[in-house]
Amino acid sequence: MAIIEQPLAIETSEAPVAQRPLGSLTRPQGGNGWRDWLSTVDHKRIGIMYGVAAMFFFIVGGFEALLLRTQLAFPEQGFLSAQLYNELYTMHGLTMVFLFVMPLAAAFANYLIPLQIGARDVAFPRLNALSFWVWLSGAVFINSSWLVGGGGPDCGWFCYSPNSGVTFSPTHGVDFYAVGLLIIGAASIVSSLNLIVTVLNMRAPGMSLFRMPVLTWMLLVTQFLLAFALPVIVVALFLLLFDRVFDSQFFDPDAGADPLLWQHLFWIFGHPEVYIIILPSFGIISEIIPTFSRKPIFGYSFMVFSGIAIGFMGWGVWAHHMFVSGIGPISVAAFSLSTMFIAVPTGVKILNWLATMWGGKIRFTTAMLFAVGTVAMFTIGGLSGVTHAIAPADTQQTDTYYIVAHFHYVIFGGGVLGLMGGAYFWWPKAFGYMLNETRGKIHFWLMLIGMNLTFGPMHVLGLQGMSRRIDTYSAGFGFDLWNLVATIGAFTIALAVAFFLYNIFASKRDAKHLPPPGPDPWDARSLEWMVPSPAPVHNFDEIPTVESLDEWWYRKYGYDEDGNVVRIATIEEAAQTGNAEGVHLPSPSFWPLVVAVGLPLIGYGIIFNLWLCLIGGLLTAGGLFAWVLEPVDDPDTGHGHDDHHDDHDGDDEAMVGAVADGEEG
Amino acid sequence: MATTTTAPVVTHQDAHQTNTGISNNKLAMWLFLGTECLLFGGLISTYLLYKTRGNGRTLPTEVFDIPFTSVSSFVLLMSSLTMVLSLSALRRGEVERSRAWLLTTAMLGGVFVGGQVYEFTTFIREGVGFTTNPASSAFFTLTGFHGVHVSLGILMLMSLVVASAQGKLKQKNAETVEIIGLYWHFVDIVWIFIFTVIYLIPAE
Repeated sequence: MAIIEQPLAIETSEAPVAQRPLGSLTRPQGGNGWRDWLSTVDHKRIGIMYGVAAMFFFIVGGFEALLLRTQLAFPEQGFLSAQLYNELYTMHGLTMVFLFVMPLAAAFANYLIPLQIGARDVAFPRLNALSFWVWLSGAVFINSSWLVGGGGPDCGWFCYSPNSGVTFSPTHGVDFYAVGLLIIGAASIVSSLNLIVTVLNMRAPGMSLFRMPVLTWMLLVTQFLLAFALPVIVVALFLLLFDRVFDSQFFDPDAGADPLLWQHLFWIFGHPEVYIIILPSFGIISEIIPTFSRKPIFGYSFMVFSGIAIGFMGWGVWAHHMFVSGIGPISVAAFSLSTMFIAVPTGVKILNWLATMWGGKIRFTTAMLFAVGTVAMFTIGGLSGVTHAIAPADTQQTDTYYIVAHFHYVIFGGGVLGLMGGAYFWWPKAFGYMLNETRGKIHFWLMLIGMNLTFGPMHVLGLQGMSRRIDTYSAGFGFDLWNLVATIGAFTIALAVAFFLYNIFASKRDAKHLPPPGPDPWDARSLEWMVPSPAPVHNFDEIPTVESLDEWWYRKYGYDEDGNVVRIATIEEAAQTGNAEGVHLPSPSFWPLVVAVGLPLIGYGIIFNLWLCLIGGLLTAGGLFAWVLEPVDDPDTGHGHDDHHDDHDGDDEAMVGAVADGEEG
Repeated sequence: MATTTTAPVVTHQDAHQTNTGISNNKLAMWLFLGTECLLFGGLISTYLLYKTRGNGRTLPTEVFDIPFTSVSSFVLLMSSLTMVLSLSALRRGEVERSRAWLLTTAMLGGVFVGGQVYEFTTFIREGVGFTTNPASSAFFTLTGFHGVHVSLGILMLMSLVVASAQGKLKQKNAETVEIIGLYWHFVDIVWIFIFTVIYLIPAE
C-alpha cells in the first residue's frame, strides 16, 4: 500500500540527533524526583498521574457513599443531617463521574493511545500536561467547597434549577459546583482535541483507521463526544454562575425564566456523558476478551461502527431524562423510540463479545473475569435502561431507587469493572510487574458480589416506591431489609477496593523475587506489547510499519498449509529492546502547571473577592505567554532548524487562543 | 481511506507529513472551532428561547439601533478581508505588508469591540441592563461572549504583530497566521449568525 512509503511525523525526526543519547536530554528520564513529575510532558507519566489521582478520588467518593449507606442502613437514623446528606450525595455523584471514572478513562487514553497507534507521544505534549494539571486544580477546587464554601454543593449532580438558585441553595456550594466543573470541562476539552489530533495525524506507517485496535477507536469516539458535549454544559454552567453571582435572570421562574432550559442544556451534555463513561470500558474489554480467548475480535468493523453509532445516537436521546417534566407527548414518543433504538448497537457489541469467546481457548485471568463481569453487569443495566425507554413505566420509576440501581449497574458494572480489568491487563506494561492473580481474583469476586448486593436490592426498593435522595425513611414500608443489604454490599465494595490497593503493594513486594514479566506477558495482540515493560520513555525504538489489524499477534504467529496457527517468532525475537539511540523527544515544561494554578484562583475570585481574579488571571495569562515564548525543545539538544519538531509545535499563538478560550468557553 | 498520498497543503517547508496531510496545529484549530459551534449554539438557543421574556420591562429588541450595529458588523466583516490579505502577503514573503494588514485587522476588531462597548452602555442607559429580564440577560451573555472572543482574537493578532516586528514571523510561519485567521473568520461568521438572528429577525 502506498501509504507505507509515506514518512510520518515522528519518524523523520529521529536521524539527525543520533550522536546524542537520550540521557543527556533535559527531559526527566529515569529520575523520579518531584520536579520531573511536575514538569513532565510524557504521555505515560501523565496517564499514570491521572490514574493515581482518579484512584484517590475513588476513595474519597467511596467514603462519601459509605456515609450515605450508613445513614440508610436502618430507618429513621440521625447519623447525617438532611443538609449534609444532600451535600454528600451531590459530591458522591460529582466525584465518581468527573473525578474518578472520567480521569481513569483519561489515564488509559493517555497511556495507551500513542502506544497503540505506534507514536512517540501525543500531538501536543505540553497541552497534555496542561489538561492534567487543570483537571486536578478543578478537582481540588470543587472539593475545597467543604472547607471554604460553607459545605459542598447540595443540588444533586444534575443540579436542577430553581433548586440551584441562591434562594434554595444559599451556601457557596453551588458556586463551587459551577466554577469547578467549568475548570474540569476546560481540561477535558483541551485533552479531547489533543487526543483526536493524535489519533488522526500521528499513526504509524500502515496503521490505517481500520487497523486501529478497538480500544483506540472507542477512545476516539469518546474524545469526539467530550469535545462536542462539554461546550453545552459550559454554557449551562456559565448561565448558572451568572445567575448566582451577577443576578442575571436565566433560571428565575418569577421573572419568566424557564427552568427546563437547564434540564435541556444539562442533558444534552449529560446523555453523551453516559457514553463518555462507558465507551472506554467497552474498548478495554474489546482488547481483553480477544487476548484471553486467543481469537481475533468477532466482527471488528461491526464493533467499530456500533461504537460510532452509539456516539451519534447518544445525541438524540437526552430528553428521556425528562419524561416527567412535561415536554409533551410527541417529544416523549420520539425520545422513547430513539432510546429503544440505541439499545441496538449496544446489543451488537454484547453479542460480538460473546461470539469472540465462543470456541476460544479461554484463560480466566483476573482481567478476563473483570471483562466477562462487565458484559454481564452491563447487560443487566442495559435491560433496566430499556425499561426507562417505555415512558409510562418511566413515569413510575423516575426519581426512585430503580433509577439509582440502573445507572449504577451501567456505570459501576459496565464502566468501573471494565476499567479495573484494564488495570490488571496493562499493569505490567505501565509498572513492570504483574498484579498477583490469586489476590486479583479475590478482588474481582468481592467487587462483583459487593456491587450486586448494593445495587441489586435498589431495583426492589425503587419499584416499592422508595424515592432517591431522601435522607431517611420510616420503618414498615418494606424498605428495611433491602436497605440493610445494600449497606452491607457497599462495605463489601469498600473491602474489595482496599484489597486491590493491598494487592498493588503486595505484588510489588513479591515482584522482587519473580522474573520480570517481559514485554508481552499475556500473549496479546496490539502494538503496546511490542515494547519493553514498563514502556520506555521514547515508546518505540523504531516506529513499526503496520500490515494488519492485530499487528503484534501476526508478528508472532502465522498459519501453516492447513490453516492452523503456528508460532513464527518468539516474543523476544519480535519485540523491541528499548534502545533509545537517536530518539528526540519534547522537553519538559513547568508552564502548564503555572497556567493551571491560576484557574482556581480566578474561581475563588469570582466567588469571594474579584482581586483574586486579577492574581489568578495574571498567573494564567503570564504562564500562557511564557509557554509560547519557551522553545519547544531544549536549545541544548543542539539540532538545526530542519529537524525541528513541528508536530510538537502546537503551542504557538493559535493554541494559546484555543487554551485561553477553553477557559472561558 | 483516511490516509492518502496527496501532498499536504502546508506552507512552510519543514512541516512533517501527517496522516491526514493537515498539520496538527491546524487540525486542532478546526476541532476547537467545532466545539465553539456548540458553545455559541447553546447561547443562541438560550437567547431565542428568552427573547420575548421581558418580565414587564424593556426588551433588548426595543432598543436595538440597527444602522449603528450594521456599520460595526461591516467593520468586523472587512477585518476578515484584511486578515486574508495579511496571510497572502506573508505567503509571498512580504513581511512588512503582512504586519501592516495584521495591525489593520486588529484595529478593525478594536473598532467593533469599541462599538459593542458603546452599544452596551447605551442600552443600559435606556433601561436594558444585564439583570433586567431573562431576555436582556441572554442578550448580554451571548453578545458578551462574542465580544470576549473578538478581544482574544485581537490579543492574538497583536502578539503576531509583535512577533513580526521582532523578525520572528517569516514566510515559513505563514501557517501560524493562517490558523489564527481561521479563528478570526470563525468569530466573524458567528457574528453573521448573531446579527441575523438577534438584530434582524424581529421579535413577535
